[in-house]
Amino acid sequence: MADELTPDEALDKIDFSPRSSSEPRNWLDTTKSVQIRPGMYCYAAKPESVETLGLPNARQWNPLEDDWKLPENWQEILHEGIKERLERFRTFKIFMDICVRCGACADKCHFFLGTGDPKNMPVLRAELLRSIYRNDFTFAGKLLKNIPGGKRLLGSREMSLEALKEMWYYFFQCTECRRCSVFCPYGIDTAEITIIGRELLNLLGLNIDWIATPVSNCYQTGNHLGIQPHAFKDMLDFFVEDIEDITGVDCTPQYQKKGADILFITPSGDVFADPGTYTCQGYMILFKYLKDKYGLDVTWSTYASEGGNFGFFTSHETMKRLNAKMYAEAKRLGVKWILGGECGHMWRVINQYMDTMNGPADFLEVPVNPITGTRFENAASTKMVHICEFTADLIKHGKLELDKSRNSNRVLTFHDSCNPARGMGLLDEPRYCIQACADQFYEMPPNTIREQTFCCGSGAGLNAGENIELRMAGALPRANAVKYVHEKFGVNSLATICAIDRAALPTMCEYWVPEVDVIGVHELVGNALILPGEKERTEDLRMEPLPGVEEE
Amino acid sequence: MNQRYLIPLTAVFLLFLLAYAGVEGLGLQVVFGVLIPYLAIAAFLIGFVIKVKGWAASAVPFRIPTTCGQQKSLPWIKQNTIDNPNTSAGVFVRMLLEIFAFRSLFRNTKAAFNRNVSNKLTYSWELFLWVGALAFHYAFLVVLLRHLRFFTAPVPGFIQLLEYFDGIIQLGLPGLFVSGPVLLLATLFLLSRRVLDAKVSYISQASDYFPLFLIIGIAATGIAMRYFTKVDIIGIKEMTMGLVTFHPHIPEEVGGLFYGHLFLVSILFAYFPMSKLMHMGGIFLSPTRNMANNTRAKRHVNPWNYDVPIHTYEQYEDHFRDKMIEAGLPVDKKE
Repeated sequence: MADELTPDEALDKIDFSPRSSSEPRNWLDTTKSVQIRPGMYCYAAKPESVETLGLPNARQWNPLEDDWKLPENWQEILHEGIKERLERFRTFKIFMDICVRCGACADKCHFFLGTGDPKNMPVLRAELLRSIYRNDFTFAGKLLKNIPGGKRLLGSREMSLEALKEMWYYFFQCTECRRCSVFCPYGIDTAEITIIGRELLNLLGLNIDWIATPVSNCYQTGNHLGIQPHAFKDMLDFFVEDIEDITGVDCTPQYQKKGADILFITPSGDVFADPGTYTCQGYMILFKYLKDKYGLDVTWSTYASEGGNFGFFTSHETMKRLNAKMYAEAKRLGVKWILGGECGHMWRVINQYMDTMNGPADFLEVPVNPITGTRFENAASTKMVHICEFTADLIKHGKLELDKSRNSNRVLTFHDSCNPARGMGLLDEPRYCIQACADQFYEMPPNTIREQTFCCGSGAGLNAGENIELRMAGALPRANAVKYVHEKFGVNSLATICAIDRAALPTMCEYWVPEVDVIGVHELVGNALILPGEKERTEDLRMEPLPGVEEE
Repeated sequence: MNQRYLIPLTAVFLLFLLAYAGVEGLGLQVVFGVLIPYLAIAAFLIGFVIKVKGWAASAVPFRIPTTCGQQKSLPWIKQNTIDNPNTSAGVFVRMLLEIFAFRSLFRNTKAAFNRNVSNKLTYSWELFLWVGALAFHYAFLVVLLRHLRFFTAPVPGFIQLLEYFDGIIQLGLPGLFVSGPVLLLATLFLLSRRVLDAKVSYISQASDYFPLFLIIGIAATGIAMRYFTKVDIIGIKEMTMGLVTFHPHIPEEVGGLFYGHLFLVSILFAYFPMSKLMHMGGIFLSPTRNMANNTRAKRHVNPWNYDVPIHTYEQYEDHFRDKMIEAGLPVDKKE
């Protein structure tokens, strides 16, 4: 920890005017001096993780070394890879062609705002690849590349090793949050370019380990963290004990139950680490309540025990391979529909990709909440409902007995996670749940929430330990807004509906805004929900005294 | 000084001089007045079609709109039907606003960081780019439509109406058309942003400056001909009507300034399809804007969706069966 920057030193580095730094005048020149700097990059993928899925060029390599051990014909592989993707993705082709470099996206990226590095301007991140596209695939590029100085006029360049390294460095400094895409007059989505850029890098075996190893785990074991079935059950058993201590009620969940009404899938992060574990306990309390009151039969699965999908950060194909388990397990168990937990990119995958990739889910029923009778028309084809949609519906129909006072020590604000916000539009459902479970709620400033929300700085597989400087820089805009409501309204709790957020934001808060806790929405639900037959609670799910209790 | 704008600036000057000298010195009226305009229009049309067909030929495997508002979910939650449309009607309105009002650009903010004073990042609404872009595009459109006067006889009513409103301030003789100076000023504003804003300057290439200088050249020569040098407008109309009816005719009294203007316009047309100016066509096809966010309600089909190897439940159970049985988890096969 000693060589980490202090928040003050990190702030010193911010400068939004690229001219004043030591950057050469034309960024195309800087490829000669790509500096991959510790603190800003993630370690290379381990060969065994790459091998699990049979992905190319598994080997030990180190980004800091000159030799990246690329295949002999790596330029040809990339060229063919780009060509194939131009045909497969209209997004890619159009986004390569139509950017006018107006600069509207430049200061919308949290990584640019936090680092001041001009190559973190979304337009420039895309230009790294676009410069090569222009050279190799456009009429103007082919015309100009043989004329001296022609490449300069167009801003094109050859696919050199330096250019490749630069792309690797900056495509793993993008969290695919899509904030720039909101502001782009043509809707150019840097996330899409990064997704395809990373897919290209994976053709050469250039993944990072914080993505490759969870992918490998998820494929083999069922979840990113590699929790084996018996251990998964053990972990939930711990929660059962804790909940019983707190409430006096046994919330033992069911696993792989054939013929259950609903299959529940959530990110394994919620099973593994605080404060996600409390959110997980919230789910268990909710399902117990619905079972006892209304006879709703919910099952968990250790095979499909991962809601998240780090395959999304690897390639479209890998995403599909990991996602396939959800439908496969729902089909095997014969459930009616699937309920998904709080997670960010998981919901982008479910909302915009799952049905297309692995559907049609004709073996499931259009989701209906049997308790309220609500038919989830918006999920009629995919047959998967977000737990916040589900809970909001229950609350609206008065089906949950909630004691708000148990959360009255929490002064809350809500962090919209990038993917549910900009890849789905799940904005008001979680807010409704929060406000039903707690009284004190304040929004952060308007241009930092909803579709303009700022990323946690650690999404898209960048939540590693070795790139902490990058993460804290990227988290600055989010933290800055949290700090604002912390100082203005005394906000002490940052609510969120994403497992990566629950892992990343506590670190952010500790660094930038101490005294603010991170809390999942269903932790609030779990605290407030009055279980049938529960004892008088004196502690919340964190085993801290409930408000008012300590004085007695 | 910066090569990235000096080279395109010089190029536009030289292009103008080439036409001017070609006509005045060498009498190449036919080349600059007939041949090149025809070639330029052909290049524009063919290039445009090829480009758009190329985009259309690429698949749209996934439905990935950028959602900028509340989704359609529960009936009592108010959906933002424009920024997060789930129907084609919503998408239509979203695209209309995007194309005609530059809605996304309207959101533009400017970030500032105040080190040592407040240590805070702040964001302010920044409308100049939106205003500049709108002024530029609409002025250009009006100027372009007004020029239809040269290619039609009789001149259609809507063009006369457009001229009436464009000249409504009734200043000078010949009456000032507002669109001309607005186009010139807006282009100069966009140019000054590129030169003066450090971030935009950093990302700008020569290919960003070139069309700006070209359009400045076109607007400046146009304004010069209408208000200052007073060219032979009858002769020009004879010539343009000749072009459009495929009976080319070279008038005697029209000088080099006009041919310079026409040549720069020709260059712009020919350059258009191979440049970023194609955003004009691309915006219609941008999948993050022109699709409804309804994939969960209605299945979207990927034309190249292929089967992939997956790790099946059977493989999983085979791997973990003993541990699962020991933990009391249900299994399909006991051994």
